[in-house]
Amino acid sequence: MPSMHELPVTQSILEIALKHAEKADAKRITDLHIVMGELSKLVDESIQFYWDMIAKDTIAEGANLHFRIVPAEFQCMACFEKYKPDSKEFSCPNCGAVGVKIVAGEEFSLEAIDVE
Amino acid sequence: MTQRIPVVERILSANDELAEENKSRLNAANVFAVNLMASPGAGKTSLIEQTLPRLAEKLRVAVVDGDIATSIDADRAAAAGAIVAVQVNTGGECHLDAVMLHQALGQIELATVDMLLVENVGNLVCPAEFRLGTHKSVLIASIPEGDDKPYKYPGMYRGVDALVINKIDLLPYINFKMDYFQRGVEALNPGLVTFPLSCSTGEGLDAWVHWILENVKRKA
Repeated sequence: MPSMHELPVTQSILEIALKHAEKADAKRITDLHIVMGELSKLVDESIQFYWDMIAKDTIAEGANLHFRIVPAEFQCMACFEKYKPDSKEFSCPNCGAVGVKIVAGEEFSLEAIDVE
Repeated sequence: MTQRIPVVERILSANDELAEENKSRLNAANVFAVNLMASPGAGKTSLIEQTLPRLAEKLRVAVVDGDIATSIDADRAAAAGAIVAVQVNTGGECHLDAVMLHQALGQIELATVDMLLVENVGNLVCPAEFRLGTHKSVLIASIPEGDDKPYKYPGMYRGVDALVINKIDLLPYINFKMDYFQRGVEALNPGLVTFPLSCSTGEGLDAWVHWILENVKRKA
């Protein structure tokens, strides 16, 4: 069962897509390209579930959703090592320090749409 | 003919814009606003109940309560001394968003208020994604939830300005490795101001209340 928070998220995706399609005088939206950071924790299956409901009767009905998942990447602020955090341990594998800059993994945006 | 249109827009940009509007409105009325987030049962309402009487002499506090369906929390806040307690039923949604806070602000005479406490819906995933326009975001963790929460919900620990660790009176009974917990927090949010406290015994509450008063003073 999808959790509820993807509903407003999916509505937001639809609104942004429709706005850009209208600007381009498009007749139909065929594909949406979504970028999602691993740390954003939004589940793509749920977005797909809501998408099929809310895109109905719009020019985006039946459009395919493509998700590009960006893996999390941390950079240690003590030794500047870049590393992929383990799901159970965030400290630096090189020097053991904590305190990181999150280099990647927090993205959540609509990158592009394909229209006809 | 298919054509690709680059968009590159943050998916929650509409929410973010409205959050900024909420913030301007709060600033115009000189109201300091705090968004309280936590999982269900961590003690959001208990913390509000303990905080309000300690502020009563100094500040006029309004409370906005997000709840999926009931008004139990708003009733408790009113009983504890909130000058106004607005219940926002989210209709099944698991977080407050900027639109909901916007509507709630319409029900509060902001000129008669010094501080706004927003009690978000109990949840560790979504509230972090939806900015409200408050000045500070506070996460309430609690000992019985376990020490692995920063690792499981990094987004939540990442975006907050202060962390309350509630129910520290239960530490002797629960296997909660404080250094493992704090190492996770420190990685995600270095130097995060932290208040270990207990809403049952009152331990640690003074430091938390002091932090609120300092922030209100700084804002005025």
